[in-house]
Amino acid sequence: MSAANAPERTDALVQVRGLSTELNGKTIFDRLDLDVPRGKITAIMGPSGTGKTTLLRHITGQLMPDAGEIRVDGHNVPTLARGELFDLREKIGYLFQNSALLTDFTVFENVAFPLRQHLKLPEEILRNIVLTKLQAVGLRGAAELMPSELSGGMARRVALARAIVRDPMLILYDEPFVGLDPIALNQILKLIRTLNDTLGITSILVAHEFAAVGRAADHVYLIAGGKVAAQGTPAELARGESDWTRQFFGGEADGPVPFQYPARDYAADLGFPPSGRTERAR
Amino acid sequence: MSATRPRPSRIGDALAQVGACGLFLFQLIGAIPKSLRHIKETIRQVWFVGAMSLVIIMTCGLFVGMVLGLQLYDVLSRFGSAAMSGTVVALALYRELGPVVTALLFAGRAGTSITAEIGLMRATDQLAAMEMMAVDPLAYVATPRFLAGIVAMPLLVCVFNALAILGAHVVCVTWLGLDNGTFWSNMTTNVDVWTDVVNGVWKSAAFGAVVALIAVFQGYTTPPTSEGVAYATTRTVVFSSIAVLALDFVMTAFLT
Ligand SMILES: Nc1ncnc2c1ncn2[C@@H]1O[C@H](COP(=O)(O)OP(=O)(O)OP(=O)(O)O)[C@@H](O)[C@H]1O
Ligand SMILES: [Mg+2]
Repeated sequence: MSAANAPERTDALVQVRGLSTELNGKTIFDRLDLDVPRGKITAIMGPSGTGKTTLLRHITGQLMPDAGEIRVDGHNVPTLARGELFDLREKIGYLFQNSALLTDFTVFENVAFPLRQHLKLPEEILRNIVLTKLQAVGLRGAAELMPSELSGGMARRVALARAIVRDPMLILYDEPFVGLDPIALNQILKLIRTLNDTLGITSILVAHEFAAVGRAADHVYLIAGGKVAAQGTPAELARGESDWTRQFFGGEADGPVPFQYPARDYAADLGFPPSGRTERAR
Repeated sequence: MSATRPRPSRIGDALAQVGACGLFLFQLIGAIPKSLRHIKETIRQVWFVGAMSLVIIMTCGLFVGMVLGLQLYDVLSRFGSAAMSGTVVALALYRELGPVVTALLFAGRAGTSITAEIGLMRATDQLAAMEMMAVDPLAYVATPRFLAGIVAMPLLVCVFNALAILGAHVVCVTWLGLDNGTFWSNMTTNVDVWTDVVNGVWKSAAFGAVVALIAVFQGYTTPPTSEGVAYATTRTVVFSSIAVLALDFVMTAFLT
């Protein structure tokens, strides 16, 4: 399946090669390779704690990998100087997993922040841009609220508006659907698709909702165990041709993806003798 | 997990902190040109830390002045020089007490809230969000607060001194019956603008820099947990009090 897509993916906006990372002695990535084609929506899925957020942090230079190459628009991110990295980030929108709104500013000023910091726009134009983006996430009426007055789902939508306010070339969404009701989810899904179709923005979408991902994404990577465990179009993955996909999308606890964070023997942890002997004693 | 929890500081830790804080000072100074782009933010911070500390500094200034007036009037009248009370109060304030007491109050009032604010911004990823929007948090968050400390402290010291002299005046003149003209004329003839007043201003600017540096540094480097922010806030008060008193000795030795 990857062979069919190969020629198209030579024009990759983001190219990850041989990425290896260890955090606190735990291997997160083990020579990971991954391509994000220009103008497409690429979804990254995988069990919780597998390193999806970490991957996005690598791509945006917030975290240095131990080894490997991460090319974004031709620049090798780990080798960039701070100034070059900032120039690159001006073209990238990032939706934080926890929204990370600036608590001192109103919703309006949060969305306006990237514009105010980098562009000298007349107030009227700035206002129009911000209100347009807020309208797109359904929160134009909430412009004057403070972040502390928002619900979790509203905060995510404001953060989304802030991530797209400069019409970047690349947007990274870290779980945009969390905390959204079905109506909002539908609208946000459409918004992500529209940004992609009309402005040709490349998107990386980290999400757990396979149904939503299936409707938005062009290509899906399933990451587990520090490597790409499976990849393909959503339809291909849904067919569940490998153990990985069958387990992951079937939501089964047993299979190649462990549900448990690595731990020592359960019985021993609870203070019982190792599990083998307890059974015999009974 | 225990590795991320701040341990009770030992001497080695404390020295490492001093070193890191010194490096941080250079980073802050390096970020000053960039922070001038956010000059509005600096002005907002001057207003913020200044206004925040104003009430406590006025109140304490008044009381410190009244106590000084009482004590010095009593002591000086034993030598028959009660007329000099106002002068001695003014000298003590301009040269020592004004800058030192204001700096300690400033650390407790403004320093702690700077640390807590930046620490919470770190813990809630707001600093990371700024980085992602290509805004340097060092230039946008840290340096404006540092500069605000340097600007606000001398102003606060002036307020403190004014209120303290008013307090001394109330005690010595209104209450104990010292002659009003004597109080003021002795003061104006014996207080020198350069050696007394201006040196005090230098001192207060230096104290403002030290307190703001420590507060910003503690907030900026705190572990992103509620416990981490709590520790950092405490450290701000402890470290800046020690630093202010130590620096006071050094500066007094050189300036006089
Ligand atoms: N700052 C850190 N220091 C040490 N380990 C970390 C750090 N941040 C993350 N990790 C570890 O890295 C692994 C991957 O974390 P990451 O946040 O990337 O997971 P994720 O795939 O985004 O999970 P989720 O779907 O729950 O958001 C986790 O096992 C976590 O324990
Ligand atoms: Mg994550």
